[in-house]
Amino acid sequence: MTIRAQIGMVLNLDKCIGCHTCSITCKNVWTSRGGVEYAWFNNVESKPGVGYPRNWEDQSEWKGGWELTKAGKLKPKIGGKMGVLSNIFANPDLPLIDDYYEPFTYEYDHLKTAKESKTVPTARMKSAITGKFKEKPDWGVNWEEILGGEFEKRSKDYNFADIEKEIYGEFENTFMMYLPRLCEHCLNPSCVASCPSGAIYKREEDGIVLIDQDKCRGWRMCVSGCPYKKIYFNWQSGKSEKCTFCYPRIEAGEPTVCSETCVGRIRYLGVLLYDSDQIEAAASAKDEKDLYQSQCDLFLDPNDPEVIERALADGVPQSWIEGAQNSPVYKMAIDWKIAFPLHPEYRTLPMVWYVPPLSPIQSAAEAGKLEQDGMLPDVRSLRIPNKYLANLLTAGDEEPVISALERMMAMRVYMRGKTVNGVEDPAVLEQVGMTKDQMDDMYQLMAIANYEDRFVIPTNHREYAGDGPFDQEIAFSARAECGFSFGNDTNTGSGKKANLFGTQTHANTLSGTPRKPGGSS
Amino acid sequence: MAEHLNGFLFGIYPYIAILVMIVGSILRYDQDPYSWKADSSQLLHSKGLRLGSNLFHVGILLLFFGHLVGLLTPHWLYEPFITSGQKQILAMTAGGIFGTMCFLGMIILIWRRTTQDRVRATTKFMDMAILLILFVQLVLGLMTIPQSAKHLDGSSMIALAEWAQHIVTFRPGAAEFITEEALVFKLHIVLGLTIFLLFPFTRLVHIVSAPFKYLLRSGYQIVRKRG
Repeated sequence: MTIRAQIGMVLNLDKCIGCHTCSITCKNVWTSRGGVEYAWFNNVESKPGVGYPRNWEDQSEWKGGWELTKAGKLKPKIGGKMGVLSNIFANPDLPLIDDYYEPFTYEYDHLKTAKESKTVPTARMKSAITGKFKEKPDWGVNWEEILGGEFEKRSKDYNFADIEKEIYGEFENTFMMYLPRLCEHCLNPSCVASCPSGAIYKREEDGIVLIDQDKCRGWRMCVSGCPYKKIYFNWQSGKSEKCTFCYPRIEAGEPTVCSETCVGRIRYLGVLLYDSDQIEAAASAKDEKDLYQSQCDLFLDPNDPEVIERALADGVPQSWIEGAQNSPVYKMAIDWKIAFPLHPEYRTLPMVWYVPPLSPIQSAAEAGKLEQDGMLPDVRSLRIPNKYLANLLTAGDEEPVISALERMMAMRVYMRGKTVNGVEDPAVLEQVGMTKDQMDDMYQLMAIANYEDRFVIPTNHREYAGDGPFDQEIAFSARAECGFSFGNDTNTGSGKKANLFGTQTHANTLSGTPRKPGGSS
Repeated sequence: MAEHLNGFLFGIYPYIAILVMIVGSILRYDQDPYSWKADSSQLLHSKGLRLGSNLFHVGILLLFFGHLVGLLTPHWLYEPFITSGQKQILAMTAGGIFGTMCFLGMIILIWRRTTQDRVRATTKFMDMAILLILFVQLVLGLMTIPQSAKHLDGSSMIALAEWAQHIVTFRPGAAEFITEEALVFKLHIVLGLTIFLLFPFTRLVHIVSAPFKYLLRSGYQIVRKRG
């Protein structure tokens, strides 16, 4: 067993109002540059719909994620290493920019400079790539916003698998939900696996997956490898880019920009401890429906003394273990089992989890009363089909989703009884298998959702940066490294070991490394 | 004058070109690693790319290694097995096949880069320059085939190989092997050397990063320790 820690995220879809604030703030911070105008590290989709890029969920088209070979071994769906290299001259599984949308702007200047005319001048649409006029946009990052477009097209949604979808095209039976999406910072990332250059890596200390921009050669295999299509090829720089999980903020103990600015307070950040030796086995579960459970089994109880001891030995800082003990993500995903990974069937073990949304009781209007299941309204008659949510979150296994919806429903019934009628009904708790304390905790975290409860982020520990957990050398020498320095020192490309124009003879003595007699630094 | 030019182009210019290629590449890699990339335009325009790019890359790689092996293999190594005349026929056939593949691929790539709006808009000067230079070089190379067919004794080929082997082993008098050769060979060599010279200033640098290391990676995942 080797214990590692990761900051995971939970999105409570029950509270998402689809305002796109997360997308906008993310864009302003990270992708307001040339070549990534079309890229949204965070985007919000209206479901059902085929999404952005078009039909991203359907891996029979895009070949993202992993598949099991006949021998039961994991292999990237785009092909093994030889397969990837043989496609390097032209990637057959790469989306075209039109599958996202052609970036554009408007000719605003024309409004000021147009000559006098009978009609009001207009600012026409211009492609950001070619600069040529375009008549109208034909796809976009939220093209299907609030069920925009015909049902016929939206119903191509991959999550309608095994569902008689025709009735959901009728006005009376229609349903919708929002799905904010970002990089999943997977435990078993297929982007990392498909990068021939080895430029993409997972950080050991917090699990964030990043692309080394100096090592990326633009072979564009990661774009295909990622089943969530959350790696974007910058068509100007020729390099791939992705969500960074706002690592500079996370390192400082602050939430990501999308989480910080979420007006619905639907996002949660917290530490999960997991056994990194079991990743491959967990992702190799034979039956896709077992993947949700096998992923849950990876996570370790942060209150177990044995786990704590082992984690400390493996270099997880004490503050991170405390973070894991108070982690809202651990509570929602593991303790209460109300949050689920997105599309576990891709076998990437994603680390952004989703609480399924409740929806109005479908048959209530018809029957004149609610269908009851014990003390609770029957979640099977919710407007959003359980199967649809299950296809999204548990590879089609409805039971875990139903159980989560029941717990959320129970929270409402229980708290309504408590605060309106003054009755704490233990039968409700019993029905969903939760204790009073758990329910109070769940209410506090999900309904009240205070800032400090939602974001439990231990800061990065530079002092643990060496080989051993208490090796301070790297942290110490990193001090006084940057800022005002000699010549080209801050150029990330010029290695310290060798430089064409001569290396320094003396290391900075303030770095704490004493000079060896006769030798350089 | 002609002799002097001959001496410069085939005796000195090779060293200038190779030196600029090596030092220039190291400088670029060291000082501007962000610019080191394949610069694919597939995201913007994919029509014809699969056929064109594969034909071009496979063709030109085989041509490159064909030249490498053909020019630099010492004569004593192959002489026990085939005569130089047979080797010439082999070179002409292989060069003809791979050259045609590469030619067809380049036609598609040039069509893409010159007529398709999105690719044109993202084409830098050097992208177009190197594409056209490579094309001219390829055409010159193909033109050497009928030239070679005029004398099938392998003498020309041996002279060119002698020249190349003298250059890479720093022996004097390399240029003299070329003096009497046909103009098309000379042009092909000078332009070839010019491609070496331009190498660090173009997208060709991505060749150096051909990711063979990927095959050696144990497993698939990469985890970086902090530090």
